[in-house]
Amino acid sequence: MNGAPAILAGRGGLFGALSDTFWRHPRLLLFLMLTPPLLWLGIIYLGSLFALLAQSFFSIDEFSGMVRREFTLKTYGELLSPSNLDIIIRTVVMAALVTAACIVIAFPVAYFAARYARGRWKAVFYLGVMLPLWSSYLVKVYAWKLILAKEGIVGWALGKLHLTWLLDAWLALPVVGGPSLSVSTTGTFIVFVYVWLPFMILPMQAALERVPGSMLEASADLGASPRQTFRTVLVPLALPGIVAGSIFTFSLTLGDYIIPQIIGNSARYIGMAVYAQQGTAGNIPLAAAFTVVPIAIMGLYLWMAKRAGAFDAL
Amino acid sequence: MRSDRGNRAPIGVKVAAAAALLFLHLPILLIFVYAFTTEDKSFVWPPPGFTTQWFAVAWNRPDVWEALTLSVQVASISTLIALILGTLCAAAVSQTRFFGREVVSLLVILPIALPGIITGVALRSAFNLADIPFSFWTIVLGHATFCVVVVYNNAIARFRRTSASLIEASMDLGADGFQTFRHVILPNIGTALVAGGMLAFALSFDEVIVTTFTAGQQATLPIWMLEELVRPRQRPVTNVVAMVVVIVTFLPILAAYTLTRDGDQIAGSGK
Repeated sequence: MNGAPAILAGRGGLFGALSDTFWRHPRLLLFLMLTPPLLWLGIIYLGSLFALLAQSFFSIDEFSGMVRREFTLKTYGELLSPSNLDIIIRTVVMAALVTAACIVIAFPVAYFAARYARGRWKAVFYLGVMLPLWSSYLVKVYAWKLILAKEGIVGWALGKLHLTWLLDAWLALPVVGGPSLSVSTTGTFIVFVYVWLPFMILPMQAALERVPGSMLEASADLGASPRQTFRTVLVPLALPGIVAGSIFTFSLTLGDYIIPQIIGNSARYIGMAVYAQQGTAGNIPLAAAFTVVPIAIMGLYLWMAKRAGAFDAL
Repeated sequence: MRSDRGNRAPIGVKVAAAAALLFLHLPILLIFVYAFTTEDKSFVWPPPGFTTQWFAVAWNRPDVWEALTLSVQVASISTLIALILGTLCAAAVSQTRFFGREVVSLLVILPIALPGIITGVALRSAFNLADIPFSFWTIVLGHATFCVVVVYNNAIARFRRTSASLIEASMDLGADGFQTFRHVILPNIGTALVAGGMLAFALSFDEVIVTTFTAGQQATLPIWMLEELVRPRQRPVTNVVAMVVVIVTFLPILAAYTLTRDGDQIAGSGK
């Protein structure tokens, strides 16, 4: 190999030259790779997001119904009017209850899948959560419309069990009741829990997978009752997963407007208020101010979770 | 090795876990039963009788076909855009360290982390401000934006597992950058891209919240379903369409699962 040059000649052809250039200037390749996605997300997504947030500082002229493009906090003042505050509180309470119910229902599934399921059963549990997670949102809502309808399967089953009086008593209650389950707050709640449950199971299972079984045994060996082990060992270790899951369930409930519209009474939620304000009412500033509420709540929630150390273990 | 391998789960945990899984699946199975019911005015249970006539009725409905065609077209183009943007982004973030890497991954995840209604209203008001008329392309614009994250999540997980020495070896053996991409990188990340693409397709095919804001007069299949839910016209046709949608979305998810099963990542965890 005595004739081989120390530095190879450049490759011929357009592609060869390009390849050499990228090798010599890795930053150029990085720049070329990042430009399309960043332009897309930066301009289309962030651009419209900031344009929307900016509009929340405009106000609507009461007489002409036109948007007045001057800086004002008037729209945010409107947000705090009793009826709008009512919508915000109702949505936040619903989101909190849905999150709590999801935690309770998700825990056994996540715990079983993480600690006991092996081999084939692991796959069954994984797909058993994935398929409902990915199957059509509207079909799921529609299925519950069939189930909760007055003549539907729940009413039929309770009738067979001679428990119709129980359903009637529940529906006669204020706030949670209504003419039938499909037009009551109870129905809205059930469907929210159903639709967001897989979003809680997956991160919870991921967190529980990382808890060594020996730690639970050590706790038992040291004399803790199962209840104590659960409270002082398992829950603190599973907390990052619970927080991650609750971010999903909370955020998704705050922004949803289809479920309460299809299954629920006429009580309004933040999502429906945004939809109505930007659509029929044509009040973009107020719609924009309403969207700031979930963003602010989620920001606060993430900040509190971070302070509580929920992300340290992730 | 874990010492709990032979352990039995407490009966309470078993029952609760099984009940929760049933809770997740029974409502979807119920759709299949209702697709065959003879009752066409109410949601009465149990169905008074069974028939397959509604499949023929749904088959002959032009509005269903139009919505289905539009949904497939939108999902295909959005998936293509998401595949290109998501792969580029994942390659850049995983292969190199640069200033602002975390910001880029946050930016990709943001469209799916914030409630869909925020994305929807933001895009709608931006289209209005910029005087862009609502069309097929405004729907695609919205869908591609939130589909990027699914491809990105799948691709980045695979990139992290692909050893950098493979690429170096290819270069040492005289392949140029394009040959390395074609013969080394692509075969390695191929199945992850197909899985990400399928999930992106399923996500776009099913999306309704953003679409209600970015669609003009066109109706994708979910929009069609939403209209039927708000103002029912022919309930049995809705039942049949719902069943078909369940089957159509299950297939890509099962396929994506099989393609990434032996991987270290969860195909859909980023939804």
